[in-house]
Amino acid sequence: MSNLYPYLKKYKKHLILGPIFKLLEAIFELIVPYVMAQLIDKGINGNNKTYILQMGGVLVLLAVVGLASALFCQYVASRCSQGFGTELRNALFYHINTLSMSNSDQFGVSSMVTRFNSDINQVQLGVAMLIRLAIRAPFLVIGATVSAIILKPSMCWIFLIAAPLVALVLWLIMSKTLPVYTKNQKKLDKITGIAREDLNGMRVVRAFTEQDREQKRFEDSTQDYAKSVIAIGRVSALLNPLSFVIINMAIVGLLYFGGTKINAGDLTQGELIAFINYMMQISLALVVLANVTVLFSKSYASAKRVSELLTTKPAITDEGNEQVTAVEGAPAISFKEVNFAYGNGSPALKNLSIDIQKGQTVGIIGGTGSGKSTLINLLPRFYDVTQGILEIDGVDIKKYPLKQLRGKIGLVPQQAMLFSGTIRSNMQWKKKDATDEEIISALKTAQAYDFVMQKSEGLDAPVQQKGRNFSGGQRQRLSIARALVGNPQIVILDDSMSALDFATDLALRKALNQDLPKDTTKIIISQRATSIKNADKIIVLDKGNVVGIDTHDNLLKTCEVYREICDSQQKSPNELQAEEVKDED
Amino acid sequence: MKTKKQSALFRLIGYTRPYAPLIVISFIASILSVAVSILIPLMTGYAIDEMIGKGAVNFDKVFKYIYIIAAMIAVGAIAQWTLSASVNSLTCKTVRNIRNQLFEHINNLPLKYIDTQRQGDIIARISSDIDQVSEGLLQGFTQLFSGVLTIGATLGILFYLNWIIALVVLVLTPLSLFVAAFITKRSHKTFAAQAVKRGEVSGYVEEIFTGRNLIQAFCQEDICQEDFEQLNKELYTCGFKSQFYGALINPCTRFVNNLVYASVGVVGALISLWAGAPKDLPIGLLSTCLTYANQYTKPFNEITGVITEIQSAVAASRRIFALLDQEVEVSDAQNETLTQCDGSLNIDNVYFSYVPEKPLIQGLNLRVKQGQKIAIVGPTGCGKTTLINLLMRFYDVNDGSIYMSGKDIRKITRNSLRDNYGMVLQESWLFEGSIKDNIAYGKQDATLEEIMQAAKLAGADDFIEKFPDKYDTLLTENGDNISQGQRQLLCIARIMLTHPPMLILDEATSSIDTRTEMKIQEAFYRIMQGRTSFIVAHRLSTIRSCDVILVMKDGNIIEQGNHEDLLAKRGFYYELYNSQFSAQ
Repeated sequence: MSNLYPYLKKYKKHLILGPIFKLLEAIFELIVPYVMAQLIDKGINGNNKTYILQMGGVLVLLAVVGLASALFCQYVASRCSQGFGTELRNALFYHINTLSMSNSDQFGVSSMVTRFNSDINQVQLGVAMLIRLAIRAPFLVIGATVSAIILKPSMCWIFLIAAPLVALVLWLIMSKTLPVYTKNQKKLDKITGIAREDLNGMRVVRAFTEQDREQKRFEDSTQDYAKSVIAIGRVSALLNPLSFVIINMAIVGLLYFGGTKINAGDLTQGELIAFINYMMQISLALVVLANVTVLFSKSYASAKRVSELLTTKPAITDEGNEQVTAVEGAPAISFKEVNFAYGNGSPALKNLSIDIQKGQTVGIIGGTGSGKSTLINLLPRFYDVTQGILEIDGVDIKKYPLKQLRGKIGLVPQQAMLFSGTIRSNMQWKKKDATDEEIISALKTAQAYDFVMQKSEGLDAPVQQKGRNFSGGQRQRLSIARALVGNPQIVILDDSMSALDFATDLALRKALNQDLPKDTTKIIISQRATSIKNADKIIVLDKGNVVGIDTHDNLLKTCEVYREICDSQQKSPNELQAEEVKDED
Repeated sequence: MKTKKQSALFRLIGYTRPYAPLIVISFIASILSVAVSILIPLMTGYAIDEMIGKGAVNFDKVFKYIYIIAAMIAVGAIAQWTLSASVNSLTCKTVRNIRNQLFEHINNLPLKYIDTQRQGDIIARISSDIDQVSEGLLQGFTQLFSGVLTIGATLGILFYLNWIIALVVLVLTPLSLFVAAFITKRSHKTFAAQAVKRGEVSGYVEEIFTGRNLIQAFCQEDICQEDFEQLNKELYTCGFKSQFYGALINPCTRFVNNLVYASVGVVGALISLWAGAPKDLPIGLLSTCLTYANQYTKPFNEITGVITEIQSAVAASRRIFALLDQEVEVSDAQNETLTQCDGSLNIDNVYFSYVPEKPLIQGLNLRVKQGQKIAIVGPTGCGKTTLINLLMRFYDVNDGSIYMSGKDIRKITRNSLRDNYGMVLQESWLFEGSIKDNIAYGKQDATLEEIMQAAKLAGADDFIEKFPDKYDTLLTENGDNISQGQRQLLCIARIMLTHPPMLILDEATSSIDTRTEMKIQEAFYRIMQGRTSFIVAHRLSTIRSCDVILVMKDGNIIEQGNHEDLLAKRGFYYELYNSQFSAQ
């Protein structure tokens, strides 16, 4: 939690001034019943019209000053909380981008997004309320009680009983209902979940003619929710009547004991009226206090979630690393007895050793979960090896500044994703000042030039969020082109041609061989044996084990797993319509 | 526009009809609680007026008032509790019924409609729109009712007590309304602006966080940070404005309230000094007037808040009703139930298109005998899904007919038609629940033995047995905790349990690893034995083994025949087939 304070520090002045002005307003509010009591007692009983008008003027003045201080406080609160939120967002955004993949596996993207959006908004609201209400509400309660004591100490015991009693009722009911609200929210989520599930599987539901069953499932959950909300509603409905009873019984008490005192000459009518006013103020303030408590408990939970993310140390840093120079004649990539496991899980990659020379093409093949993507995730240091050494250009990748290391690699991920902007802005990722010629040449290699040029805006064609205005195949080709701009030394294709039809796949592989500089090292992951068949080396993975590293022909002879893969694909060449596979999703 | 608004409102009120007693109770409770809240200060004032000074306290009268107040407290407390409990109950039940009806309606809407809607939009209607209705409309109306009641009653009682003070309050009322309206309008605008910016920021952040490995791989952190800070700065401006305007309401109305309070105090005091006043105003009653003045602007505040909520609730209910008004599938209750299916299927001169401008299937004819296997092949968007849509009657043909067992499928009930098909789609659909329940989806009374047998036949038993909870293993929504291939195996097991005479299968694709894929192949092979099957096929081995191959392109079936015939034809199929060899 404490790591959130620095973002508030800049607003120290606001944090002090805001509550002070809010207090001023509250003080003015407390003075009002007193002035009114004076007006009645001295003005009416003293038959003094001028005094009445004067006091009227004082009341208006108090109202004006009260308004002014309240407005100032609101202004300060808005500036401070919004400023705090803005800086926190900037910092968290920066921080999240320094986290490594193992960090984000721990949180999950959707949780990070929620923490970033709604949790920060909630904390921001908490800060605003801290300034606006946290001081004011308790102060009004205490202030009204103290004023009552000053006015007439002998009557204050009624206040001392009533105020804590109301507070107790608030606390009891809230501690009973708050946890149930969270539970109910989950029940509501379940209702939405069933609706979503039903919509997703609309065809299956109808094919199995199970609409009635879905209906029952849904009605059960809405009934469950309704029952639970009605039940808790009965409890929370107690809050108002109970505090109503306490406050009004206190007023009855004031009338009774006040009447006795007035009869004895110890109290005036005006004073009794003031007492009653103070009591009303307390009841209003306590209601506000209840709401603030709910809000703070929410903000506190949110602050904890934000703070947890913010304190997470990036698992991978390049601190203190200096620019590295390549070792002459060293292999482009060298795995030396590399082992890797995700978190504390079972090993995902076992004892991998291989040298990849400059300009070589290496294919990686294996079933799902065999460790293909894991292997290439190690190269840009998305994850660090658990054991062993991974070298690029003869230098341990842990010694590189991350920028230099990642600058050498052109990565094409499995999930082709583009970012909002234009085609040009997406193509200039690898090289900020890439010229149109460079971009066009990369687009041509990636077989993306034709469809880009069909757009009337050409390179300036807009790209929507995640590139959703392009088809799966187009996205893949664009993301390949993006990796090629600026001629990186190592190009990694992570099963990134799956949505391409066969002719395009072939043309692309030809172009990769011909267009790229001769010393570009290429790593290609694929499920299709045909895609990597011509590679200089093929790494065959099975459940994290390297079961073969060799050429296609040799592997057919020596590697059982490889042969199995090839056989199954030979027998049934599903490439026939590979293009339609991914495009339909 | 106006009538539409009203009709949505009236329709919504129609849903509360079954709970008319609750409505009556809430109204009575509301009237009682307002009455009590208005009368207690009056009684208090009367009591104070019986305490003129030392030795001049009329205890008999004071006690009388105290008893009255105590009775009122009891009535008020009960009324308040009854009000909120019954409104809550009314709201919950009404909303539950609307939800259930909406869900049922969605399940009876033609897929023709659902396919053209964004899923998120439909979900929003069944979740957040209905929440909006429950919060805004139903709760709002009670607040509106008691608010108006309070204002009316306060003014009434003020007129009864002293018409001059009442006039003062009445004259100041527009000020209160004006201030509230002015600020609400402003803050509404800034709120909308903030919501838009927040949407932008969250969209951007989601995009970046999702593609974080790419951002890092391409060293784009600094550029993203710059972009984000710019966006964040804009959010700050919007956020500040909306927060500040929103925070203005309370101090401003409090200010108006204080003015009303001061005016009532001064005018009241002057009246009580004015010997020739039209009506006498003792101090106790003045204090009562002050209490009323103090409470007077509060309902105005609430009402302005409630009105905006009611507006958005009406808008939400209109969205709900728009969905409810969509026509459901034509009733098939009169249709015959197909009990005996012989596995034959005739497609007779069928025409179909989703939109009239783009004709898809034209004059399709196909005779399928019992036990035949039909492969459907073709490139993306060729219309394979369209054919499934027609066979299952998810969509109706535009012209021509499809006959199952010699019966026009439009003449039999949809359920009995679909019961005769077993369907395994590529997008395997599982629901949140145990593996057991998922397999038994088509046959709820299946025993565990039957389920296990089906899993074995589907080749799914291997991986199920590996889970610690075996068949009781819980699947998450969409079955994310098992692999795609395993999901498809479970879907096959489902069919193994229902023994349908006809099948529609969608073959696995390259995203499944080779071994699981082989298992699926085997399962497909087993299940197809003796059944009439339609297979959306990707594999040559499958295609070759089929009796008829339908080659589809651009929504139409362009070639039909077996493997050898089609190759001999040297048409589109030939091209598809050969493009594979050129690549090897």
